[in-house]
Amino acid sequence: MKKQHLVSRLELVKLTKQYPGCLANDRISMTLMPGEIHALLGENGAGKSTLVKTIYGVVSPDKGDILWDGKEVVIKSPSIARDLGIGMVFQHFSLFETLTISQNIELCLSKTQLHEIGDLAAKITELSQAYGLNVDPTRYVHTLSIGERQRVEIMRCLVQSVKLLILDEPTSVLTPQEVAGLFDVLRTLSKEGCSILFISHKLHEVTEICHKATILRGGKVVDTCVPNEETPASIAKMMVGDLADQEAGYVKREGTTTVFHVDDLSLPSKQPFGTVLKNIQFELKAGEILGVAGVAGNGQDELMAVISGEDERNVKNHLHLKGEPIGHLHAGERRRLGMAYVPEERLGRGAVPDMSLSENALLTHSDGFIKSGLVDWQGIKDYTKSLISKYKVKCHGEFSEAKSLSGGNLQKFIMGREIGQNPNVLICAHPTWGVDVGAALAIHQALLELRDKGAAILLISEDIDELFLLADRMSAVCDGYLSPVVRTEHTNIDQIGQWMAGTFINTHQPQEAQA
Amino acid sequence: MDSDLIIQILFAAIKTGTPLLFIALGELICEKSGVLNLGQEGMMLMGAVVGFLAAYSTGNAGLGVIAAIIMGSIMSLIFAFLVLHVGANQVATGLALTIFGTGLSAFVGSSVVGQTIEGFKPIALPLLSDIPFIGRILFQHDILVYSSFMMAFILMFVVNKTRIGLTLKAVGENPHAANAIGIKVLRVRYLAVMFGGVMAGLSGAYMSLVYTPMWVENMTAGRGWIALALVVFASWRVGRIMLGAYLFGLASIMHLVLQGLGWSISPNLLAMLPYVATVVVMVIISADKFKEKLLAPRSLGKPFDPRQMA
Repeated sequence: MKKQHLVSRLELVKLTKQYPGCLANDRISMTLMPGEIHALLGENGAGKSTLVKTIYGVVSPDKGDILWDGKEVVIKSPSIARDLGIGMVFQHFSLFETLTISQNIELCLSKTQLHEIGDLAAKITELSQAYGLNVDPTRYVHTLSIGERQRVEIMRCLVQSVKLLILDEPTSVLTPQEVAGLFDVLRTLSKEGCSILFISHKLHEVTEICHKATILRGGKVVDTCVPNEETPASIAKMMVGDLADQEAGYVKREGTTTVFHVDDLSLPSKQPFGTVLKNIQFELKAGEILGVAGVAGNGQDELMAVISGEDERNVKNHLHLKGEPIGHLHAGERRRLGMAYVPEERLGRGAVPDMSLSENALLTHSDGFIKSGLVDWQGIKDYTKSLISKYKVKCHGEFSEAKSLSGGNLQKFIMGREIGQNPNVLICAHPTWGVDVGAALAIHQALLELRDKGAAILLISEDIDELFLLADRMSAVCDGYLSPVVRTEHTNIDQIGQWMAGTFINTHQPQEAQA
Repeated sequence: MDSDLIIQILFAAIKTGTPLLFIALGELICEKSGVLNLGQEGMMLMGAVVGFLAAYSTGNAGLGVIAAIIMGSIMSLIFAFLVLHVGANQVATGLALTIFGTGLSAFVGSSVVGQTIEGFKPIALPLLSDIPFIGRILFQHDILVYSSFMMAFILMFVVNKTRIGLTLKAVGENPHAANAIGIKVLRVRYLAVMFGGVMAGLSGAYMSLVYTPMWVENMTAGRGWIALALVVFASWRVGRIMLGAYLFGLASIMHLVLQGLGWSISPNLLAMLPYVATVVVMVIISADKFKEKLLAPRSLGKPFDPRQMA
């Protein structure tokens, strides 16, 4: 009642959006005040993306009203949203890689805006200093790191003097230090009266920075809260409804014998702008999870491709499985020796989008279900059904196309499929990226179960909390170097964060540093 | 070789390269927006026959050019509608357009096969054509050649220096992102495809009104396909397309030149040169995947449906 005299920046009244077969938003109402940092929480498929897309004019609602500064508006397109003063930073960045930063920003501005600004490059530099964004307008976007790209996206909104900034999972790709930097920017903006709508899966971030939170489940608003009066666990409970136990830390184990080791592996990248792997060396023991932290694009993809055999260059004497060199074998042969992979890219690499789940299961289980050249369709169907029920994959059935599943559900399916082969070694990248709390818990437990059965697991992730939760030993990559490997209980987030930023390189690689 | 002969060869190379330049510039703009139109050959043939018919019946070559441009854009609109609106496969639709255009042009033009008209006369530009050597190569052509020069320079400026060029690149690279910042992706692509049609029509008109002022079935002889290779060869840059078009033009007249010099090589073998060059260019460029990937528009050939957001 106290805020009655203030006009809200944005008010949603019973917004409803129906998609074929699912009610994405069901009478959603919420209010956002000027300067407020508001978290939008919910599991995958709870309707967060649809809601923000509606606000940004990408999706048009079936019913309901949007009030902007107290006046009713119809936001038919993103350009109308931007004219009102709404800016959005997408989860998958919407930058043009072959253009420069200033060209990217120019494209978003109308002619009148450009005219008002005058010298765009100077304006970018000025804002860059004011907010500590550190953005050089003449650089090409493809030369930028993920964190820098995000800053460009934010800059793109700032140039248009934004009044509401929407951020879709902004921290999922940043180092802890970069996250702190981002939060400083957001706090400054908030003080200047800019409202911020913040979507995140990371609850401790929400409690740290947000003033209010709205929790969605199944397309409806189920709760609102003041995050700093809650704990991450209590918020998680609101998100998933009733979740048995929060992951309170699992038992750490010591590995036994070395099953897989990488020996002094150096390899130039095959991709333009890829990372060169430099003197990578580590051992993976049976019955342990080795976590590799790192900001995206520091060699994880390249390392993964070499180990899986997707990178077909011969590295015979650098990869060993149970003492035998395997670096010359192709991906299928390595799989037959008991290696399994969960790639980062679910659609396209982890699964064929247009094929059914059972066909996708067959792809990596071909030995078991193909007899004298014929496919045992009944067998593969039964197996797929068992995976679907065991990992609670939400889908219509084993005949569903892989692309029809939500990210989290497909991830559960792929994890289940790989674990189902009882691998000796599982290489796993970002297992819970973009996955909701419930599904993440299921994936974690499946991984631990596999470890306890004696498999060696290499876990590559950008989510430090997850690594600390699961990994028995930890390491980090930066610029193609692998940091020393330490037991998880002997390290902490600060140290790993510094390793992710490359502080180990000088001490770890003295020869290189002198050269 | 005396300098007169060299001048004649280069003069002819420019003449021969002009239809390639027109159609390749059109395809370039089309591909920059992310649409691959394999219907070039069909659009060009339709432009050639309709242009010829118009000029033949009215006796006015200028009207012929206008008719060819209109025909080219109608053909491209058919393609644009199918590909952009209905969401048909770009490669299949393009091929169909070429087959359609080849057949229809033969049918429409059957009554005038072998007839000739008076095409455009060369105009020697005052002052410029008096420049020794270069003047005689560049500035004693007809009006269509001059307009192809101008078109190339205008496009060079538009693509590299203006917001239109920036928008075009953005749409071709990441249509979803472009849509998200409020660019009307389908509209940009419609316009780009239509520009391709206009240029294909012009190119056809050049063939039937200037290069050989008559209509013969399938008279473009694969130039639409050569233009596709040319765009790749030029790695999507206007300046290089100009250079490439004249190089291919030179390759096409090589058999005449060598015959003139008294070399005893089969003219059939030599007439093959531009097509061999096309294949070789494609092979070399596809081998260097690294380079090509960087320069090609990212979303080339991929359909964009604004209802499906990434």
